[in-house]
Amino acid sequence: MRALPISCFILAAGTLLAQQNYTSGDIEDGRRLFVASCSVCHGPEGESVPGVELDHGKFRHGSTDDELVDIIRKGIPGTAMPPHAFTVFQARSVVAYLRDMAASTSRGPAATGDAVHGKAIFDSKGCLNCHRVRGNGARLGPELTDIGSFRRAAELERSILDPDAEVLPQNRFVRVVTRDGTTINGRLLNQDAFTIQLYDTHDRLVSLEKSKLKEYGFVEKSPMPSYRDKLNPKELSDLVAYLASLKGIDKQ
Amino acid sequence: MNRRALLLISISSSLFAQVSFDRIMRADKEPQNWLTYSGSVQSQRYSQLTQITPDNVKNLELQWVYQARSLEKFEATALVVDGVLYTVQAPNDVMALDAVTGRLFWTYAYTPEPESRPCCGRINRGLAILGDTLFMGTIDAHLIAIDAKNGKPLWNTRVAKAESGYALTHAPLVVKDKVIVGTAGGEYGIRGFIAGYDIHTGKEVWRFNTIPGPGEPGNETWGGDSWKTGGGSVWVTGSYDAATNLTYWGIGNPGPDWNGDSRPGDNLYTDSVVALDADTGKLKWYYQFSPHDEFDYDAVQVPVLADMAWTGKDGVKQPRKVMMWANRNGLFYVLDRTSGEFLLGKPFVEVNWMNGFDEKGRPMRVSGKVPSPEGTLIFPGNQGGTNWYSPSYSPHTGLFYIPTWAGYSSIYVKGKDDDYAEGLRYAGGFPRSAVPFGRGTQNFRKDDEGYGAIRAVDPATGERKWEFKMSDVTDAGILTTASDLLFSGGREGYFYALDARTGAPLWKANVGGTVASGTMTYSVNGRQYVSVAAGNSLFTFALKQ
Repeated sequence: MRALPISCFILAAGTLLAQQNYTSGDIEDGRRLFVASCSVCHGPEGESVPGVELDHGKFRHGSTDDELVDIIRKGIPGTAMPPHAFTVFQARSVVAYLRDMAASTSRGPAATGDAVHGKAIFDSKGCLNCHRVRGNGARLGPELTDIGSFRRAAELERSILDPDAEVLPQNRFVRVVTRDGTTINGRLLNQDAFTIQLYDTHDRLVSLEKSKLKEYGFVEKSPMPSYRDKLNPKELSDLVAYLASLKGIDKQ
Repeated sequence: MNRRALLLISISSSLFAQVSFDRIMRADKEPQNWLTYSGSVQSQRYSQLTQITPDNVKNLELQWVYQARSLEKFEATALVVDGVLYTVQAPNDVMALDAVTGRLFWTYAYTPEPESRPCCGRINRGLAILGDTLFMGTIDAHLIAIDAKNGKPLWNTRVAKAESGYALTHAPLVVKDKVIVGTAGGEYGIRGFIAGYDIHTGKEVWRFNTIPGPGEPGNETWGGDSWKTGGGSVWVTGSYDAATNLTYWGIGNPGPDWNGDSRPGDNLYTDSVVALDADTGKLKWYYQFSPHDEFDYDAVQVPVLADMAWTGKDGVKQPRKVMMWANRNGLFYVLDRTSGEFLLGKPFVEVNWMNGFDEKGRPMRVSGKVPSPEGTLIFPGNQGGTNWYSPSYSPHTGLFYIPTWAGYSSIYVKGKDDDYAEGLRYAGGFPRSAVPFGRGTQNFRKDDEGYGAIRAVDPATGERKWEFKMSDVTDAGILTTASDLLFSGGREGYFYALDARTGAPLWKANVGGTVASGTMTYSVNGRQYVSVAAGNSLFTFALKQ
């Protein structure tokens, strides 16, 4: 059963592990925790605290994985770094994300483009047909109002050029067919043994009982098209700069 | 004396009748009560109550909710004695509630030593009772006797040093005049033990070291001095067989967990079941499920005892006293509980670290399936095919029910061989998740990222009879009843009933939080209740009247 996916796992994991001993699962767990607990002070690029450049693997205290796990859990007395109620397992996944962050810094550009020009590109290239920023645009794709507060420039660029490279679990699409033959497509919001919740292509929050469905399943490919051939390098850089500048709504 | 006075006396005598060991041994004769962690010393989590049936289970309705003050995991299974429900809110507060209304009679609040450091949550899984005395193990490794009528402590014994990493998380087991507990702490390089204490004084009567020292049989399975920090925790309650006077306990992983270089050998009695004389603690037999474990495959399960017809090697069916065990290592076992003889072993989930047994029941390892610097993918993963949460065996259906993590793996990366320091973690590396393991508030999991299930297995063959799939994994124990109902839950926040014969879902309630305990059932004044902890609350249901 599932022999093929398992062997794929081994190959994929092997590649990653050869690089730095962490898996995509660890990194994703770590990202979630980092965004929830760390990026408030450290920033999504990990460079917001003076003298600390998480994105370049530069720490003021500690360098080994064990030392970093210890710092994350216990904090650093006398500094603004507080202790965190993470298990060792959780702290280690944050370290996995930090290691990946440092390794991936060389994989893409910093957000050095022109954000104002990037917004014009964003507004004119059809992005708003699926995405939403500060109340404008559609809701089917990921909301981008605060995308710059938890996605790094390198990740934003990759999503624009190669949307299938990484679809975060919360952006997975599903297709369901009801007993009367109606097909509903949408972004998965939640699921359990008995029910499924999604945001559908008709702008509805939908909750369905699985027992009343003929079929349901994940859509394997991202609905987002690649913009690799639709943007020149300057436009790409500007668009990434715009997205990286989106840090959420202003507090009044 | 008028009739009213007579009635009052009869109520009070039934309310305050002492729980003798004879009553505990005959728990099946008073199914209105739930006198031990697993419902009986055979640990089947099977109730004779039949008022709630597959036909009427749809009429269950909520009777009461008790909201714990604690926001830590609620893993305790309650006891019910003659209309009074006893349970524990984390870490170690005991409550006595009216089992009909959920109203509080008393609380015993215990503050553990600040040095306590249980590896995996400040949890407690329940109580034991004998006479008018409740017994609780605490996360700072104390064993405390509490007056069941007023919640006042009677004695408090320091079982082991909390600052060394020792803890008690499971419900104690009473056998005759002793209360038995085993220590947790295997992630801190402890040397585990199981001990029997005098129920009246709290004095230790016997001790069995789960890691044998020099001169004790089994010490030769540890290279050098590695036995001193060998781990061997006990995380859940044992069972008892009166005919042999044996008490059975599952033993946890060796330390350090994920790098076995410093502890060459089989590392007895880690990942084993041990059968001890209940009067002396002497070892009668053992069976080791996972020799020289480097995958954290604790035998962290309740031993389930039953008598059944068993087809021997000669093809003849004969009555046999067996023990059933679905292990964290992904295999379902049947052993002869009088001798420890291996009768059957079969995977109940994907397993790739072994591929069969020798004639003595020792698993045959698959070459290369060991932790490595570059990482090795192992099925099942670090949390196991199942874990501490209780299975159930129904003598009525003849099936064994396993809370299962299906299609679940970890990548084991060999870490540096830690130096031992008292009270610090001693684990030797860390397993990695092949897929995201943590969850937010929503579930986006795909089937090939693993899923939770209830799997029903025929103990005669190890074959799966049915499966009930959940989207998320599960930490919920299972209860079955003589009316062929199965109750369980999971991380999705449902409490549900299945048809124990087919796995068909019959009823569910959204209790809004993870079910991480075992359901139990009882009755008061002829009305059957089912009670389950979910999130931070205890929910109790009964049929609509």
